[in-house]
Amino acid sequence: MKKNNRQTVIFIIFAAAVLVAPFFLKGNYLLNVLIFVGINTMLAVGLNLLLGYAGQISLGHAAFFGMGAYISGIITSRFGVDPFLIMMLSALLSGLLAFAIGFPILKLKGHYLAMATLGFGIIMYILFNETVDWTGGPSGLSGIPNLKVGSVVFDNDWNNYYLVWIFTLAVMLLSINLTRSRIGRALRAIHDSEVAARVMGVNAGVLKVQIFTVSAVFSALAGSLYAHVMTFISPASFGFNFSVELLTMIVIGGLGSIYGSFLGAAILTMLPEFLRVFQDFDIIVYGLMLILMTMFMPGGLVSGLESAMQFVMTKIRGKEE
Amino acid sequence: MLRLDCITKVFGGLTALDNVSFSVGEGSITGIIGPNGAGKTTLFNIITGFYAQTHGDVYLGSQNISFFDTEKLAGLGLVRTFQNIELFGEMTVLENVMVGLHTKSKSGILSCSFKLPGHVKEEKYIRHKGQEWLKFTGMTELADIKAANLPFGKGRLLEISRALATEPKIILMDEPAAGLNSRETADLAVLIRRIRESGVTVVIVEHDMDLVMDVCDTIVVFNVGKKLAEGTPREIQENPQVISAYLGEDYAA
Repeated sequence: MKKNNRQTVIFIIFAAAVLVAPFFLKGNYLLNVLIFVGINTMLAVGLNLLLGYAGQISLGHAAFFGMGAYISGIITSRFGVDPFLIMMLSALLSGLLAFAIGFPILKLKGHYLAMATLGFGIIMYILFNETVDWTGGPSGLSGIPNLKVGSVVFDNDWNNYYLVWIFTLAVMLLSINLTRSRIGRALRAIHDSEVAARVMGVNAGVLKVQIFTVSAVFSALAGSLYAHVMTFISPASFGFNFSVELLTMIVIGGLGSIYGSFLGAAILTMLPEFLRVFQDFDIIVYGLMLILMTMFMPGGLVSGLESAMQFVMTKIRGKEE
Repeated sequence: MLRLDCITKVFGGLTALDNVSFSVGEGSITGIIGPNGAGKTTLFNIITGFYAQTHGDVYLGSQNISFFDTEKLAGLGLVRTFQNIELFGEMTVLENVMVGLHTKSKSGILSCSFKLPGHVKEEKYIRHKGQEWLKFTGMTELADIKAANLPFGKGRLLEISRALATEPKIILMDEPAAGLNSRETADLAVLIRRIRESGVTVVIVEHDMDLVMDVCDTIVVFNVGKKLAEGTPREIQENPQVISAYLGEDYAA
């Protein structure tokens, strides 16, 4: 009970900080960066449910992000349909696709699963590039309308920040609830011992597909938001490199931690802004970070910081005595 | 309670189990013994749906559960433990047991994400029940420890606690005393009896003959994939075939 309350307090503090941040950043380009931190957090949380909790890897998650972006982008730029409606539609279609491919793919384990999801990502990337009539091919799709609620148009950083972060906070809250439930425990059980989980009556096969679907829906939502915020999309944003970047986010932030997903997303989104020198070599930097993290902080920053805190605390206590 | 009817299992050209039949009475403690490679664990894997038998049927009560998926059996009241403990290492002791209550709850992804009232109520029940099972096995103090950090003997105990949380009609234990010291083995014997007293049928595969002879009502002896003998501990100890194949003179009555 107490632990539950603490979780609620942590989330409220986090949400409050997110919601007041723009007042301190008015007119600052950092506000624009934080919009993308929000979008990447949604993606990272989705992937973390799959990899950090259920222990199932996906090297093709950028594909669902792209699918959300393209479905929203194509339909709303061509037909004047309500973008929010299309956002729901793209989430639904991405979820259905994930569900359909999930059954055969998630029977695979380890490297084979990594290869299969990688293949899926590449197929989708080729589709984004080659169906030029719809997607505009490599040169991209422009003229995507901004979202609108009543008279409020989401065409500036301030509005977009709130738009994106309300979705992100919702995704985070839902995920926190999910991970702290029988479903969350069952996912972690599958991660630790699929055999024992099944003996306990956990239908591992179905649950893995379900969480893959949830993960895809979150990614598609992020994609739709991305399309409407940017008003221009191109396949380069949805390729293999971005899938690896997502993976790096959650490994750095912390596998199996929702706030870790945010931390990882924040670091990897903001880092290029500060390290412009690395721009062309970003994939190398990500690779290095992945290697270093798995070597020295395998639990990610969140649990790494926690144990560092504990270490410091015991040192302090030791001094007092 | 559990009935095996002419089970045969062939791996490639090797017959691991050859036409094995026996039944386990409700409320009994049945021991399965025999030399390594006799097919005991294979039998467990067939009963619990990890392997498919080549011939034969498995009945739980009157229901034919041959070829049922593993995950379906917990709900029907059949659960097992493993020879090499299979814990959820990154989860706490209490959480491990709470997974055992998976089939006693049914909230789905939506209900859990949105914290619907039904799920909140269930969660309370699961936590409460989980704590009760830890009390039953005397692990209450260890509730918040990560399972991977438990000493071996406690890990075994946790595996049994978790299996009990599924509220089984029958529990199959694969070498529950392996790796335990004599003190822990004595405690295990007491626990096995308490489990039976709570109305659960127990089947154990075990090499510790003191334990088997002490707790079991019926013993089934296997040798090279065949059932060699079946009877009370006394009958088994007097059976010359069993003595020569497995027990040796030490246990001859």
